[in-house]
Amino acid sequence: MIMRAPGSELPVVFADVTIDVGDVTILDKISMFFSPGLPTVLIGPNGAGKTTLLRAAMGLIPVSRGSITWGGRDTPAPARLAIMFQRPVMLRRSAAGNVRYALAAASVARAVREECAADLLALVGLEGLERRPARKLSGGEQQRLALARALARDPAVLFLDEPTASLDPYATKAIEDIVRAVTTRGVKVVMSTHDLGQAKRLAGDIMLLHRGRLIENGPAAEFFARPRSAEAKKFIAGELLV
Amino acid sequence: MTGDGSALHLVLSGDPGLFAIVQLSLLVSLSAVLFAALIGVPVGAFIALTRFPGREGVIVVLNALMGLPPVVVGLAVFLMLSRSGPLGSWGLLFTPQAMVIAQTVLVAPIIAALTRQTIEDLWVEYRDELTAMNVGPARRVATLIWDARFSLVTALLAGFGRAAAEVGAIIIVGGNIDGFTRTMTTAIALETSKGDLPLAVGLGIVLIFIVIVINALAWGARRAGERIAG
Amino acid sequence: MFNRRILLAAAAFGASVMATQVASAQDKSIVVSSTTSTQDSGLFGHILPLFKAKTGIEVKVVAQGTGQALDTGRRGDADVVFVHAKSAEEQFLAEGQGVKRFPVMYNDFVLIGPKSDPAGIKGMKDVGAALKQIMAKGAPFISRGDKSGTHIAEVNLWKASGVDIEKEKGPWYKSIGQGMGAALNTAGAGNAYLLSDRGTWISFKNKGDLVIAVEGDKRLFNQYGVMLVNPEKHPNVKKELGQQFIDWLVSPEGQKAIANYKINGEQLFYPNAADAGA
Repeated sequence: MIMRAPGSELPVVFADVTIDVGDVTILDKISMFFSPGLPTVLIGPNGAGKTTLLRAAMGLIPVSRGSITWGGRDTPAPARLAIMFQRPVMLRRSAAGNVRYALAAASVARAVREECAADLLALVGLEGLERRPARKLSGGEQQRLALARALARDPAVLFLDEPTASLDPYATKAIEDIVRAVTTRGVKVVMSTHDLGQAKRLAGDIMLLHRGRLIENGPAAEFFARPRSAEAKKFIAGELLV
Repeated sequence: MTGDGSALHLVLSGDPGLFAIVQLSLLVSLSAVLFAALIGVPVGAFIALTRFPGREGVIVVLNALMGLPPVVVGLAVFLMLSRSGPLGSWGLLFTPQAMVIAQTVLVAPIIAALTRQTIEDLWVEYRDELTAMNVGPARRVATLIWDARFSLVTALLAGFGRAAAEVGAIIIVGGNIDGFTRTMTTAIALETSKGDLPLAVGLGIVLIFIVIVINALAWGARRAGERIAG
Repeated sequence: MFNRRILLAAAAFGASVMATQVASAQDKSIVVSSTTSTQDSGLFGHILPLFKAKTGIEVKVVAQGTGQALDTGRRGDADVVFVHAKSAEEQFLAEGQGVKRFPVMYNDFVLIGPKSDPAGIKGMKDVGAALKQIMAKGAPFISRGDKSGTHIAEVNLWKASGVDIEKEKGPWYKSIGQGMGAALNTAGAGNAYLLSDRGTWISFKNKGDLVIAVEGDKRLFNQYGVMLVNPEKHPNVKKELGQQFIDWLVSPEGQKAIANYKINGEQLFYPNAADAGA
């Protein structure tokens, strides 16, 4: 895989973004940006809007009010973004078939797809499972396969929605190592997590979301050492935010 | 095919008349399913994946067309293909081609409607991932059809069952001509009207047996395929 | 993608199937629309192979009722019509739809009924009186109801007895709109009377409790005629091949073939092409 120059997709800027679905406001006047560098980690209770924010940043959801720009443009270049959903859907093919499909969708030449797929599967720790029907993999294996599919796009920005939610510690470590590795290669990772420890391990920046609002936003070290908002303090202390 | 032997006797002795009838039945119905699939699968996929005004109405009509009475289809095709009809110059009336055409008209809505349902269901499942992978419309359709292929085979089988079982359409447009447009179902109708009920029953059993065999083959293919691809 | 290749191969296969069928249709063949009585009796199965052996012409028979057969000729969907209702045939000629009518053969109609004979007509010699008795007793009667030669003959027999059957029928009279064999099946199942041509009756395999109730009345005479569909009205008619078939039917050879058709030693059709008035 080739190392790309930092994407012209960045910064991804949310300007006063509100997203309503029917009567419900999922995101409420979010203003922030993702810039190149260490991963940005979104934290917050369930239903806070983390998934919606990631999907919106991927360009999958229209905003109701406000605007999102990618590198100053109104629309993203889809080839440079990739997302791994919280509950990924496996295509009815083998594991390698899924990755080859993602490579084909990313316009990778047929001749090299086989090899790239093998490399990616090895990267996420699924070597040996190339021919297994993807739908027959375990939950954790499917999640890793979804990550391989996302990486197949060789993205500039990689969105991960709870990437290690159903993984054992061994697999979790493998994923976190991959996050660090791709970050080193210049990929901007934006991920959500429930695991405060993981946030501490991986984050360059933290965004705390609660009920659709961006409560606090800043460098991770600052956030954990000196949280400013009441919600942040409660959240770090392990209390339920309702 | 003489009527003095039982159908079992005919089968065991490899009677050429019976063989010709079975061959024609399979040729007509399988060809019809093939053409109906070439029409029905793309149409079904298109309706499944495209939003257009009146879409709901189209789906309702398509589902209703699954129940087209064969004899009505036969009559309509007959009027089209008759020499005094719009397509008369093609000279297709009372030929096996006319039977294929009639059965294609009968089966295409079944395949289209079932394809539409299958593809739409699969799209609901695949939508996020395919959109996230920025898959274009052409590749998207191909992917859905390919990944849904086993369910689509079931749709084809439903179409084949309809075609192989019907007599109303093909007897009108084919004319039940001995040695030319006589199939299993039209032969059964004829032998019944000649009063040779044992032969008619025997032919019926042969027909059911053939349909079962075809279904079993498709079932086996589907299972093997699922084991390979999941 | 390999599934696209499969589709192309399948389409090519289907196209070739259609092509070979079309090609064979251009071979020497004619379409003859005829009646269910000639088909169901097995006559065509007997004489057509002889004609093909002599001339190489394949005769494709579409068996319908006389009325439907003539309509098929009117639409130009047949080359030759071979039916048995002289009045309808002459009407066909008068319309300019046919070239010339040739008598071919005759047999007779028989009045069939249940062995138990609820109308008490067995053995009567006057078919008109027998029919009136059936009506008087309200015994079940099956009519072809399909404008076939047999149906037309039946209606004429009622008329000859002074009965306008369309107006005077009751629930005992069931018009089924189907061929001779189907009518026989229905009559057998419902212990009913019906008019049948002798050829179909002899070859019918599901007689059950049915027997001949009345026969021999001169009015039961059943004449078959053949006509070439008029090529001036329908240019697609294969007039040379069609005429060859007609010529063979009325030739000594064809007439002999018709006479030779027997079931259990019983002759079904009597050739009479030489009888100009038939």
